[in-house]
Amino acid sequence: MTDQKEKNMMIEVEGLNFFYGQTQALNDISLDIYKNEIFALIGPSGCGKSTFLRVLNRMNDLIPKTSVQGTVRIAGQDIYDPNVDVVELRKSVGMVFQKPNPFPISIFDNVAYGPKANGIKNKKKLMEIVEESLRQAALWDEVKDRLHENAMGLSGGQQQRLCIARVMAVKPEIILMDEPTSALDPLATFKVEELMNDLRKDYTVVIVTHNMEQAARISDKTAFFLDGSVIETNDTDELFLNPKEQQTEDYITGKFG
Amino acid sequence: MLDVKPNHLIRVQRNQRVAFTLLSLAAAFTVVILLAILFYILSQGLSVISMEFLLEEPRSMGAEGGVFPAIVGTVYLVAIIILIAAPIGVGTAIFLNEYISDGPLKKTLRFATELLAGIPSIIFGMFGFIFFVIVLGDYTGGWSILSGGLTGVIMILPIIIRASEEALRSVPNDLKEGSLALGTTRWYTIKKVVLPLAIPGITTSIILAIGRVIGETAAFLLTLGGSLLLATSIFDGGRTLALHLYLVAMETGNTDMAFGAGAVLVILILIINFAAEALFKLLVRRFSA
Repeated sequence: MTDQKEKNMMIEVEGLNFFYGQTQALNDISLDIYKNEIFALIGPSGCGKSTFLRVLNRMNDLIPKTSVQGTVRIAGQDIYDPNVDVVELRKSVGMVFQKPNPFPISIFDNVAYGPKANGIKNKKKLMEIVEESLRQAALWDEVKDRLHENAMGLSGGQQQRLCIARVMAVKPEIILMDEPTSALDPLATFKVEELMNDLRKDYTVVIVTHNMEQAARISDKTAFFLDGSVIETNDTDELFLNPKEQQTEDYITGKFG
Repeated sequence: MLDVKPNHLIRVQRNQRVAFTLLSLAAAFTVVILLAILFYILSQGLSVISMEFLLEEPRSMGAEGGVFPAIVGTVYLVAIIILIAAPIGVGTAIFLNEYISDGPLKKTLRFATELLAGIPSIIFGMFGFIFFVIVLGDYTGGWSILSGGLTGVIMILPIIIRASEEALRSVPNDLKEGSLALGTTRWYTIKKVVLPLAIPGITTSIILAIGRVIGETAAFLLTLGGSLLLATSIFDGGRTLALHLYLVAMETGNTDMAFGAGAVLVILILIINFAAEALFKLLVRRFSA
């Protein structure tokens, strides 16, 4: 049983502390995330959930004067080991941002961006990847006739699904999503959520969300963050129905937030 | 109902009228001065300009004949300066903006560029004279296009660096992050995302630098040698149009000929500015559409 569990362990965080300069943003965080799980991070603004997400693909490296303590293992590999190639790490840990950020180039080129960076030049191969990724992102039917038009012409929801397709084209194992629907209208949000449901077949997804209904709808497990600490982690249904901690209950019942 | 005193209302309206009048006068003043200078120089100089004036060698120290060597000198100088300064300047800007984070090194480099930008051009001329013309004279040919060019490079580097940095900074951070998060290197991100979006601004900075070179005299007075002969290589001395204008006016007193060179210069600068704007718009459309 434990062996089976360990084999399926995707992300293993132990005693993680994170600092912006002198300010501690994450406080002794330990979390286990399993393969093909959709793992939601909820909590009020500024509680450190986005910071935590950006620890997992080392995006915080880009912010000066930040430091990390503790261990973060992805597929058994300590990602803060000095020998780890950040570029390779980010290929296997993709990220979708809060605000859709397609490049101001064609739809095709957006999706082909990652594969091209990895040296794939063959036009036919690229076309295959683009089609497959767009299909996976449930965008193919909407854009197949205008692949060579600029991506900025798409609606917000389409742009966000394009960004998801762009990540898929690199074939990561994990997809991190930082409030991916917060800039979208309800219909677009619905489409992206539907898509996330399909994602669990092939990917492990860690999603930060402000929206508790969303966490309840789509995730398998949920962690509740508060002031840089994890207050409670559990199966999503369990966490929302029978919160063990008073703070969790206060948050999910809307006493603060 | 808000209680407004009628006197107060009248005062507010009067202030608005006074402010509008003063501000529009200031704007009108600027435009009038510009037009007056343009009109004066062109009215004095245009009659001198002819095919002969543009394509002949000067005679009697420039009091007669044409300005061809000065045009060639200007083109040479601009070419050599941009060829050297553009890669170094844009490279520095990329390094400053994309590779190093805020800290002492960045501060020092920024401070150095600001300082360099504030130095009067005659100081660059002095430095160029002593360093490129005298100390390195065996390699640069003494007073030469090369000496003047290297001096000009130092002079315009800060312009290119600052404007390029500005252009690079305007590229949205979330696009850079989007690219890096896909597992691309910094250089790939710069090449594919940052530079295409910054190219219009960078191009404008280079064209502005060209304008600065064309208009500059002090830095080249001491380094170009002011030769009237047609330069055949970068090791020959030469003069630019601006320098020619100055030397003709000072040495021969023939202000007609000086105005002729001045008119050519003004037209050239106008063309460059319009070209810069057109190119900027073209590049913006090319890279963002």
